[in-house]
Amino acid sequence: MTARTLYEKIWDNHVVVAETPDTPAVLYIDLHLIHEVTTPQAFSVLRDRGLKVRRPDRTLATMDHSTPTTPVRKLADIDIVGPAAAGQIRKMQANCAEFGIELYDFDSPYRGIVHIIGPELGATQPGKTIVCGDSHTSTHGAFGALAFGIGTTEVGHVLATQCLLQRKARTMAVSVDGQLAPGVTAKDIILATIGKIGVDGGTGHVIEYRGDTIGALSMDERMTVCNMSIEAGARAGLVAPDDTTFEYVAGRPMAPTGDAWERALSTWQSLPTDPDAQFDREVSIDATALSPQVTFGTNPGMVIDVDGEIPTRDGDAAFHKALDYMGLTSGRPIAGTPIDVVFVGSCTNARLSDIERAAALLRRHRVADGVRMLVVPGSEQVKADAEARGLDDVIRSAGAEWREPGCSMCLGMNGDSVPRGKLAVSTSNRNFEGRQGAGARTILASPETAAASAVAGVVADPRPLLAGA
Amino acid sequence: MSRPITRVSSATFVLPQTDIDTDQIIPARFLTTTERSGLGRHAFADWRYDDHGELIADAPLNSAAAKTAKILVAGNNFGCGSSREHAPWALLDFGFDAVISSEIADIFRSNALKNGLVAVVVDTDTHRELLANPGLELTVDLVDRALKFADGRKVAFPIDDFARYCLMEGIDQLGYLLKQGEAISRFEAAHE
Ligand code: SF4
Repeated sequence: MTARTLYEKIWDNHVVVAETPDTPAVLYIDLHLIHEVTTPQAFSVLRDRGLKVRRPDRTLATMDHSTPTTPVRKLADIDIVGPAAAGQIRKMQANCAEFGIELYDFDSPYRGIVHIIGPELGATQPGKTIVCGDSHTSTHGAFGALAFGIGTTEVGHVLATQCLLQRKARTMAVSVDGQLAPGVTAKDIILATIGKIGVDGGTGHVIEYRGDTIGALSMDERMTVCNMSIEAGARAGLVAPDDTTFEYVAGRPMAPTGDAWERALSTWQSLPTDPDAQFDREVSIDATALSPQVTFGTNPGMVIDVDGEIPTRDGDAAFHKALDYMGLTSGRPIAGTPIDVVFVGSCTNARLSDIERAAALLRRHRVADGVRMLVVPGSEQVKADAEARGLDDVIRSAGAEWREPGCSMCLGMNGDSVPRGKLAVSTSNRNFEGRQGAGARTILASPETAAASAVAGVVADPRPLLAGA
Repeated sequence: MSRPITRVSSATFVLPQTDIDTDQIIPARFLTTTERSGLGRHAFADWRYDDHGELIADAPLNSAAAKTAKILVAGNNFGCGSSREHAPWALLDFGFDAVISSEIADIFRSNALKNGLVAVVVDTDTHRELLANPGLELTVDLVDRALKFADGRKVAFPIDDFARYCLMEGIDQLGYLLKQGEAISRFEAAHE
């Protein structure tokens, strides 16, 4: 047998009908995650054609994008997000009931951002194919699962057939080696990677993150890395499953147990890329050279060291348009720029460890006057775990807001948004124009950098504060 | 999808910006809809409307040229970002039937082709020429897999055979997948 990459092994294991020059492969999907924004039109197609959901048991449904981050104790509480968003939530409830899909609804202890609850529940497992009508499905690749975002038409395909028509992607290895300096995080690895390969550097590829730095990351951190693969244009990111992965999955509600666990484990252990396997492209990153990263423009590839200067690019109209939008100037340090909002949340950085790291900086410091800081846990579980550790008190006492789980200010669909012209430091994944609200300006950063900036009231290097914390 | 498409002909409309993401094509605040129709009025909303929701008279996308063009020529890496299929729905409803760039993001392109928005990637020289000449009369010809210029010049473009076949025949991919039911059942039986 020829040497194969992790991607190729998972692909081969899921081919229902092989691809030919004329036709794409029919690929089986083990797990379909669905949420309220990208499914209503797909359910309508099923209804119009008299189709059922083929595998409700392989469909995991929740609501996260347009949900309020204020408490929902009774159904009418969702109306705070406005009639359209509330209507979408009600539609999701009705669709799941009609098609027999279990919904992790407001009364569930597991509701949350779809990419946070899949892993938490143990539904995300190595070797699986996982899709969702959401581009950050790449997050689940941290487990060595082939996970990618699809459109609503394809959501309909998976609901009806549990399969997708797919062409095989090219493969790219991103090798990260060396020890990270204190204050440098998984978020900084992925921002630096996108800065290096560009926002289209991964187009047509599936990235496998490898190297000793990646191997030393926790699952939370690997998820942060894989999450932003799409920001480099790659549909999926992967990390080979190892003991860190298996320990995370073991004992979770949907994880296999007993003999089934042993069988799963031996399959999972066979998944990592063979030593002689070839990637179509290879990139390496020296982790020892990394500093905390911040974006300065309007896509995630416009990124610099937090203690660096905003670059100069004479004659590049797009570059200057981005700087104008951001209200920033070439040649100036980015640190020290006054900020208005700090957002700690999103499927990139709203797991327990992210909240803990942000809260650690808030224990002895307060959010600066004039800065609004919003901390939004990624799921009910994260919220409960954080509250059990008293982090909600730490966050509130420091002058920040502690909210109910959801996507929130990451995309501003539910009313949590950054006002026009205001500058936010956010732990989310997109700094596109208007992403966090019409006219909003976004700087992407790690939870540490976000919290340090909240305390300073300006874009701030977290390292001095961390050293003193 | 049903309407078979063999070619799209019109003057081009050019958006030269690189990396136009799907949040620009349709901002998230318009994704609360549960329908797929009527999204054209939100296409490029933040580029076309001012803070008070009024159309910006001199915004290029509000020009007569934009309204009549069926072919959008966009800067490199068009459609990056979110997987929202609302993006091709909005472009189609706005009036574009084809989009050309030197690179088109994977999920956007897949979504576009499934909805009858012909998404075509051309070489950088052709791309540069198209960007520099807005309003050029052009035909995107799926039969010949080529762009055809008014002067008779042809430039070939690559397109996946299956996607092309589905566009030209108006084939619905869900129908194709549903026909694989037996193979899917066999796969499930072997892997449960
Ligand atoms: S947190 Fe943001 S990026 Fe993640 S799923 Fe929600 S909206 Fe998408």
